[in-house]
This record gives sequence, C-alpha cells and structure tokens, in this order.
Amino acid sequence: MDESQRIVITGVGLTAPNGNNLAEYRGALLTGKSGISPYEIRYFGKTLAGICNFEETKYQKKKDRRRGTRAGSIAIYCANEALNDAGIAPQAVAANDRTGVYVGITEHGNVETENEVYNISQFNYDCSTWSHFHNPRTVANNPAGEITLNLKITGPHYCLGAACAAGNAGIIQGVQQLRLGEVDLALCGGVSESIHTFGIFAAFAAENALARNDDPAKASRPFDKNRNGIVISEGGCIYTLERLPDAKRRGAKIYGEIAGYGMNSDGTDFVLPNPDRQAECLWKALNKAGVQPEDIDIVNTHATATPSGDVQEIAALRKVFGVSRDGLPPAKHPYINNTKCLIGHAMGAAGVLELAGNLPAFADNIVHPTYNCDDLDPGCEIANLVINEPKRIDRVDYILNNSFGMVGINSVVIVKRYNDT
Amino acid sequence: MTKPEIRQAVIDILADIAPDEDFTSMKDDVSFREQFEMDSMDLLDIVLELRKRYKVQIPEEDYPKLDNMNSTVEYLEPLMQG
Repeated sequence: MDESQRIVITGVGLTAPNGNNLAEYRGALLTGKSGISPYEIRYFGKTLAGICNFEETKYQKKKDRRRGTRAGSIAIYCANEALNDAGIAPQAVAANDRTGVYVGITEHGNVETENEVYNISQFNYDCSTWSHFHNPRTVANNPAGEITLNLKITGPHYCLGAACAAGNAGIIQGVQQLRLGEVDLALCGGVSESIHTFGIFAAFAAENALARNDDPAKASRPFDKNRNGIVISEGGCIYTLERLPDAKRRGAKIYGEIAGYGMNSDGTDFVLPNPDRQAECLWKALNKAGVQPEDIDIVNTHATATPSGDVQEIAALRKVFGVSRDGLPPAKHPYINNTKCLIGHAMGAAGVLELAGNLPAFADNIVHPTYNCDDLDPGCEIANLVINEPKRIDRVDYILNNSFGMVGINSVVIVKRYNDT
Repeated sequence: MTKPEIRQAVIDILADIAPDEDFTSMKDDVSFREQFEMDSMDLLDIVLELRKRYKVQIPEEDYPKLDNMNSTVEYLEPLMQG
C-alpha cells in the first residue's frame, strides 16, 4: 500500500467511568476496577450508571461549560488529552484548516431539551424562559463543534449519528478523510452524555433491557446466565490519526495502524440485531485489512449484557471465527473479551473507548478479561473467551473491535501492530 | 427593592453567567463588556435571568440600558418595586 494511505493512531485522549487517561483506564481493566455507581435522575429515580469524574475546567472555562453541553465538555477534554498524548501543541491546530474533527454520537440534544422543558415547567410553561443556548447546544454537530471552538480549529467538523456504532464510525470517517487528503490530522472518536437524560433510562427499562443489581459493580454481566440488561454510561474517547509519513516525519509515538474497517446495515429490525449482517460486516473489515480470521488475536465484543444481543453477537463470531474457509476447524482462534462489564455502555463512545482499552495489548501482550461472567450462558460459549482473569498471550498483531447499534447499524475496526515495513 | 439590593441581584446574575470573572472591583459607570469578557449572548442571559428570577420583562429596545451597573440599576429600579 502507498505509505500515504497508511493511517496510524498517534494519540489517545479519553474519559471512562473508571479512568481519565489510557494508563489509568488500562490499569482498571486489568485489575477489575468497576466504574459503575448508584445514580438518580429526575422522574426515573434510582438506578445505576457509569459516571466520569474528569476535571471539566482542565481545558475549558466555566463560562464555556455553562454555555455548552456535557458532551461538548467530554469532547473538549478528550481532544486536548489526545493532542497532549500525541505531542501536538494546541497552537499547532489553532487556525489550522487541515485538522478535521469527526465525533460519533449515539444521540444528542435529548439532555438539553429535557432540561429546558423541565426549566419552563418551573415557570408555568412560559416559553419566554426557554434558553437561547438551546440552539447551539442541540445542533447535531455540537460536541465536535465545541472542540473546534475550544482549540480554534478551522478545518471541517461534524458528528456522525450512528447509534452505538458511532465511535467506530468516527474513526472510519477520520481514516477516509486522511486517505482522501482532505485533512492532515483527524481528531476522531465518540462521546456520550446519555446518563443525563432520563429518557434513555426509561426507554431501556420499557424494553426490559436496563440492568438491575444490588451491587453496582456486578450489574453489567455480558455473557453471564444472570445478565439482565445494559448499564448506561457517559464517556468519550478521541484519537489523533495521521498518515504514516506525517507521523514518521515528526517522530510520533504510534499505537497501531488502522488495518481495516467495515460498516453495514441489517435492514431488518428497529432494535433486534442480525447476526448474518454482523458476520458480513466482520468479513468486510477482514477483507479490507487483507487478513484471515485466524490472523486476529483479540476480538473486543460489543455485547451489552442484554439476554438476546449477546447470543446474537456470539453467533456472528462463531460464523466468522469458528471455521476456516475450507470448512475445517481454524488453525487459530482469537481471544474474545468485553469491556462493558466494567464501564457499562458508553453509547457513542463505546467502540472507541473499548478499542482504546485493548491497544496497550500490543505492548504488554495481555488480554483484559470479561468480568462478572460467573456462570457462562451456553448460548454465549465460544473458544478463547477470556473470563475474569487477564490472559497473557505470546504476541498481539491484530485487534478487532465490534460495535453495533439500533436500527441495525454495524461497525468493525481492525487495528494492526505498527510495523515499519 | 432598594438600589443596593438591585445591584446585588444583578451581581448574583453576572456571577452565574460569567463564573470565570471577578466582579468585586467592578466600576459601576463602565460598560460590562469593556470590563469583562462578555458578549451579546451574555446580555440575553441577563435579560432571561431577570425574567426568571424577578418577572421583569425587558423589551429589546431597552437592552442598551443594561450597558453598565449604574444604568442597569437606574433602569430596573421602577420595574422592581413589587
């Protein structure tokens, strides 16, 4: 491949319910530190959620925080952390129209609209008390746009609405825009402020898909027989992506290379996933990366701990990784894990956060486990599922991340160990 | 409300909408925008907060009266006698 088409990850900025930078977060994933806490939100009442505790004013003025959104604040924190991590000074992207910002979101604006409706309810529904900031807070480009306001970036910015596949969609957009030569640096990933809308809790509860557990740390239980639904979280993760020659020229640290990706649609149901389409999406990504299923070392699953979703994803994985192309048992089966057990479902940030948590495996050869899987559901059995204890393996060359979302949207990203040749 | 009470009410609003600023050394005869990092959106916020907290309706043509503390207190005094 032409070197200018090779896209590498050179910086990671994140906030997860159990860590505010990659080292802290990776440490939590290896030691089983949960980020799930008791939570209460108006109308819905007591529940559980993954709450982030990053310092909002580290990169943002209080006034800008007041004007903007929690999603914007998360995005600003992550973007600044990613630039720092990449060794790129904020001044280098200011007034720079060759930097693009692509942020995946599951949904945006519900928090702000609920807040305003509640606000006017305190004034007898007098619409003249509705905030003039509701517009800039709720436009669908808000979180990406707040990054550009904060860093004074003049290149393109927009959000990608892609349900829970959105984080990966953000990465894929960054890769594509870099390959097209539209920008020289992509700040891309995903964010979520979902825990601040009561509606999402009420909706998942109405679908009988909201996790309940007396012990918050035990609530998110992918693949376990006793799983009972999703724990909703907030969070964000932004990567700096660059073309390989640019990264090499400035001597950048390289986390890995985007080897392949796939996105497709189920075209079948509003809510229920479709394992055939998921398998096709996996094949798209494998083909784009030019690799076979047996080349993948770690598959980081999307599984959200709903009774049916986990089974469907495992069915898709069995189709792709369970047999070789000639119908025989595969020479090698990837290790399978899941991150939502500790951080819950960070919605638009899920794919990118979960991928980030696995990137250090290129260096430490450790597969972080799926926690809370105390009694494996036979419907979720699959070879090399790493349960409850980290697994050291010989070498990690390819990491694959699944992220799927409602209305039938699937995304797969494959990251390859960086190799100069 | 007395003039000092109105002044304090305005200070409270300003402190909420511009939390990075220090209003203790404010010059009451100098424009808010000259002394602080404030813009037209902040002005809309002052109007909104006066409406929400004190039910004071300020028509758009009167917005220039909210230029500095002295002119604001002068303007609000007859409207906040209730």
